[in-house]
Amino acid sequence: MNAPPPLSSRSVLLRFALIAFVLLVIVLAFAYVAGCLTPQRLTAQSLVNQLQANAGVFPGYRRNHAKGVCVAGYFESNGNAQPYSIAQVFAPGRTPVVGRFAVPIGNPYGPDSSAPLRSMALRFTQANGQQWRTGMNSMPVFLVNTPQAFYEFLQAQQPDPATGKPNPAKVGAFFASHPETAPFLAWVKTAKPSASYVTESYLSLNAFEFVDANGARHAVRWRMVSETPDTTPGGSEPNYLDADLTQRLAQGPQRWHLVVTLANPGDPTNDATKAWPSDRRDIDAGTLVLTSSTPQESGACRDINYDPLVLPDGIQASDDPLLPARSAAYATSYLRRTSEEAHLPGTADAHSTQEAK
Amino acid sequence: MNTSSPQFVLAARVLHWLMAALILTMLFIGVGMVASVSERHEWLIRIHKPLGIAILLLAVVRLIVRLRNPPPPLPADLPAIQKLAAHASHWLLYLLMLVIPLVGWAMLSAGGYPVMLSDSLRLPPIFPVSPVAFAVLRHTHAWLAMLLFLTFLAHLGAALYHGLIRRDGVLSSMTGYRPK
Repeated sequence: MNAPPPLSSRSVLLRFALIAFVLLVIVLAFAYVAGCLTPQRLTAQSLVNQLQANAGVFPGYRRNHAKGVCVAGYFESNGNAQPYSIAQVFAPGRTPVVGRFAVPIGNPYGPDSSAPLRSMALRFTQANGQQWRTGMNSMPVFLVNTPQAFYEFLQAQQPDPATGKPNPAKVGAFFASHPETAPFLAWVKTAKPSASYVTESYLSLNAFEFVDANGARHAVRWRMVSETPDTTPGGSEPNYLDADLTQRLAQGPQRWHLVVTLANPGDPTNDATKAWPSDRRDIDAGTLVLTSSTPQESGACRDINYDPLVLPDGIQASDDPLLPARSAAYATSYLRRTSEEAHLPGTADAHSTQEAK
Repeated sequence: MNTSSPQFVLAARVLHWLMAALILTMLFIGVGMVASVSERHEWLIRIHKPLGIAILLLAVVRLIVRLRNPPPPLPADLPAIQKLAAHASHWLLYLLMLVIPLVGWAMLSAGGYPVMLSDSLRLPPIFPVSPVAFAVLRHTHAWLAMLLFLTFLAHLGAALYHGLIRRDGVLSSMTGYRPK
């Protein structure tokens, strides 16, 4: 090969500058996509940081719904949902379930009466290895319909350092500027912390899509309806829920019916603050049977991320913007608490005095 | 074309440019998906997993092609330190192409997640369920990806240096372009 004619020193400099420019453009594009240049962008990290700012950090525990208990059992499908979804869980028969009941607070030692609602998370493991994970709440609608509004709600809830409580002016301003919260506020006025996890019914709140054998999609919401409903509120004891659950399970398995609601055309699938009209078609898809409970510190639910977007073939996410945000935030919470369990450098100690309580 | 050719064999060049596009896309998808809570988060993750497995399979093919077809020698007058950097960074790139997808797969396995490449295609787990292993593998996945990005920048910078400043035929041995 013939040697190329030499370059002038100006030419060399220009060519080095061109190379540096190309590399710089790539680095800047990478930094932009990673969010480094847009600190105002809402991320899972900022959501979880705000949860921590509000409730404190309890190493090894979930960043929200931190107080809870593991349960296990199975789902007995009756086949009624099969025409709408090809998911194996809806074929007649049993699917094993590992679940978790929780109080939606960030402090795992807070009293059971801290919030007037409960949550139920379930992981169904199908015979084909696919999974369905769902996190449901015992309320008829969600508070807000976008991740940004949820973040603003969390910011408004941050305790004022002077009083240790949220600033009522900020909370008031949040609700005044978010009229979509009206249905939730109307409900929460009458809501009381239940005396039992078992007497509650739990709703998906977010919409999903069932996919049938022809590939047709059906917008749905689902709920677990208690076979033993009761509206008795809990007392002033801090920890009555676990004792109640243990006692009821000692008497026998506890049951819920999985009721799937089919949307009519035009029903909102992207707005968890709006309930669908009550005349929509309900399908009783089968019975959830819970047979045992274990404390969450040692139970199988501890290391499960109940990400609502872990779905089997036959169930898909809707266009609800809360779903990807939940998925992202749960993943961040999961990474933080598993890093604490692993005692990785820079994480809080998962076996501090709090847990040794 | 024999092994003394100044160019990489056609299979090596095709694999190089295809994987360059896939890996650069993958690096941007990776940092983008963890920095988003919108629907973008979800569809980027749905691309990330099958694309990662595709890169793993292509990397295996590429390693075989590389071992069967020694690359053209570097210019004889290239300083020893630059030769060392060239060889070390190439083997590092091969290592990362193979290891990062495997760490990602192992990480999902350790986290107890079903490893879904599509709505219905599931890979078996390659690591026992363990929250501690999940955390270590998840951080490792991200740090190795950052190392891959830095190695890519060095690789691209060096390639442009050879092509624009040294003009020694190293860049054209991969582009296939030969000036008359």
